Amino acid sequence: MIRYTNVTKIYESAAKQVRAVDDVTMHVEEGQICVFLGPSGCGKTTLLRMTNKLIPKTSGSIEVGGKEIDSLNPIELRRSIGYVIQQVGLFPNMTIEQNVAVVPNLLGWDRVKIKKRYEYLMELVGLNPDEYRKRYPWELSGGQQQRVGVARALAADPPVMLMDEPFGALDPIIRERLQNEFLNIQKNVRKTILFVSHDIDEALKLGDTIAIFREGKLMQYGRKDEILSNPAGEFVEEFIGSERMLRRISLNTVGDLIRSMGGLAAKTGIMPMQRSNTVDVQANLRTALSVVLSTPHGEAYVVDEEQKALGVLRLADFHSFVRTMSPLKSSG
Amino acid sequence: MALVDFFVANGDKILELTLQHVKLVGLAVATAILIGVPFGIYISQRETLANLVLSIAGIIMTIPSIALFGILIPILSIINQGIGFLPAYIALVLYSQLPIIRNTYVAIKGLDPNVRDAAIGMGMTTWQRLMKVEVPLAFPVIMAGVRVAVVLTIGIGAIAAYIGAGGLGVYISRGISTSYTVMVQAGAISVAVLAIAFDYLLGYVQKKSAPRQQRKGLT
Repeated sequence: MIRYTNVTKIYESAAKQVRAVDDVTMHVEEGQICVFLGPSGCGKTTLLRMTNKLIPKTSGSIEVGGKEIDSLNPIELRRSIGYVIQQVGLFPNMTIEQNVAVVPNLLGWDRVKIKKRYEYLMELVGLNPDEYRKRYPWELSGGQQQRVGVARALAADPPVMLMDEPFGALDPIIRERLQNEFLNIQKNVRKTILFVSHDIDEALKLGDTIAIFREGKLMQYGRKDEILSNPAGEFVEEFIGSERMLRRISLNTVGDLIRSMGGLAAKTGIMPMQRSNTVDVQANLRTALSVVLSTPHGEAYVVDEEQKALGVLRLADFHSFVRTMSPLKSSG
Repeated sequence: MALVDFFVANGDKILELTLQHVKLVGLAVATAILIGVPFGIYISQRETLANLVLSIAGIIMTIPSIALFGILIPILSIINQGIGFLPAYIALVLYSQLPIIRNTYVAIKGLDPNVRDAAIGMGMTTWQRLMKVEVPLAFPVIMAGVRVAVVLTIGIGAIAAYIGAGGLGVYISRGISTSYTVMVQAGAISVAVLAIAFDYLLGYVQKKSAPRQQRKGLT
């Protein structure tokens, strides 16, 4: 869907050349979320902004939907790509409805269609369409503004979305909520999404694939379990951090563990089932591990959606499960 | 009391001079807006030009009004308009340029860069971005420049009486030359009242035009 071939961006100043993006080649498949990850100044945002021609590339080729972007009119290209930025950038002189309707209006949709689309999108991002219709951006909280920002980017149903740290400015609780909702939305809309982040946990949570950059160079690109189990080089390993194993098991749910182990021990009967010693079968293993560690005997009940106990999860189960995973490789 | 008597006795004449004054200032500022606002927007997109234009507008501002009238008289005499309305009108248009161009430039430049980034990223053309987003947001600050221009030209317009452009300056110049203090006072007070009235009126327009968020911050 989006193909970068030898993409390079050079900034020239009097004294020196800076290669902001250096010979990047990669391909993002349709319907996937690819997270561009790296420290600030690594070129991830530059690469993102080259994709909708906000920054002209120096050399190489970028294809969106099979078409080289140089052959496309930048205005039309941008209208076919949703764009979300960290500071949201809602237009303060327009109401929420007008903000969401910007691109449909530019494309000349009729009023009834725009109104329906507005209502659909607001429901999708979890805001009441009628309540917010006539309100202005400054009347909304940061989290609400970014929901509107996402709705606005989705307005003309673009196949591709570019998101530049959209949740970076939000407090952790709201950020987590928006991340979860974002994943739910993506299940419905199946867009091809390029998502810039500097947070490894966000990347692991949202991305199907992760591209790690350093000083303009693509250090590693692959599925997230691949990156965690087999980091290409010291930099990637360092970036993933010392909680690599925890991060890796966080990609799996308790259900995955049960499937791979072929079942769990039955109830022990020693401890009564309480809120503090039960874990949902859908929960990720990192959360489950935390629950297990906080119980007195190192055991927790696993429950399904109806709160029915499926068995007992022990610390040793984690150990066994980790052994079934492909071994961790280290670069050095 | 002599002053009150003067106003009562010369009500019609004062009204006539005031209308002349307003006509001169109104036409001059209207022209200045038509030139200055597009120009200010243009230089906000062309950084290199901005310094040059703002410097020239600044230099014009420093020319004393009497001197500017003096420069214009011989030039306009070529087309037989050396004195009267035309030189005064041209001078006031020139004086209005700085506040209007500068405020427009500063207003557009001072907008949240994220708003501009979003507008471009969503696929607005330059014209759409200016008309739908940037000019509406910049309007209160542009209006503040217009306000300054109006008050400024009402004051300078009083001096235009010396080159036969009429207006309330007529009372001031005639009062001085005939040592009629009450007439000078009447002219001066009328000019001041006119300036304050217009400033208030435009301030109201400015406030009403501001997006609601900004309104709180304006005085």
